[in-house]
Amino acid sequence: MAYSDKVLDHYENPRNVGSLDKNDPQVGTGMVGAPACGDVMKLMIKVNDDGIIEDAKFKTYGCGSAIASSSLVTEWLKGRTIEEAYAIKNSEIAEELALPPVKIHCSVLAEDAIKAAVADIRAKQAAKESA
Amino acid sequence: MSNAQNDYFQLFALPEQFNIDTKLLEANFRKIQSASHPDRFVSAGATEKLASMQLATLSNEAYSTLKNAARRAKYLLEKHGIDAVADTNTALPMDFLMQQMEWRELLEDAKAAKDIPAMDKLLSQLRAEAKALESELSELFDDKKDYAAATEVTRKLIFIDKVCSDIQQAIEYLD
Repeated sequence: MAYSDKVLDHYENPRNVGSLDKNDPQVGTGMVGAPACGDVMKLMIKVNDDGIIEDAKFKTYGCGSAIASSSLVTEWLKGRTIEEAYAIKNSEIAEELALPPVKIHCSVLAEDAIKAAVADIRAKQAAKESA
Repeated sequence: MSNAQNDYFQLFALPEQFNIDTKLLEANFRKIQSASHPDRFVSAGATEKLASMQLATLSNEAYSTLKNAARRAKYLLEKHGIDAVADTNTALPMDFLMQQMEWRELLEDAKAAKDIPAMDKLLSQLRAEAKALESELSELFDDKKDYAAATEVTRKLIFIDKVCSDIQQAIEYLD
């Protein structure tokens, strides 16, 4: 299958690969998996007191499109609020990377990873407030 | 072709369940393969030729599906109207995904170090995990008929199956 130039660029030079401290109260972790292809994706975001995402890291085991989708969203997430992050749609990711229909699920995975990371940080914030 | 002939279990005269007699599967597959072999249809008419070719193709697909436990479980769920690998369902138990990440990291390290013994060790560990899931599946499918629970276990098995084939590929590449 032919990958688009953008997918190849992110695949060959993935941005923000790695991890953040999962025990940091400002860090939210999203873990998702796609059973159809066995891909696993971990996305971590660091959110400051103003609700702005300061840093984002990912680790994805999967095909080029899955790696590119997660690499792209880490770039998009930095500087956004968690509300803005939550609003990112998989169709925007698929469009930016020109993903073919059979690879749309990779962008779904990335959207779900963001949502899971946001849910995790919100749960941490709620736990802190009630403490 | 009728539905009965398209059913993978019926094709090999096997009961529709997770636990199957793999020897019988193998034997009945060989029988169909030899009965539908193109050499036997050299002087046959076009219709017969086509039918034998379709049967050969179907039996190949059916055999590879039923032989592999993960694919067999997925197929059984499809027969109950459940798509175990639907794109919309990416949520899996957190500890399972963590475990997946760990295995993937171990494999990555072993690949970088060209450490075949480490890969073999990981592979046998994963095969043991798969065995445990398979016995769970046999209970859920064949005894309890609990297809919702079977779906969860099948999804896990598909992941493990994928890691196993990636490890095998890495080993073959280095060998």
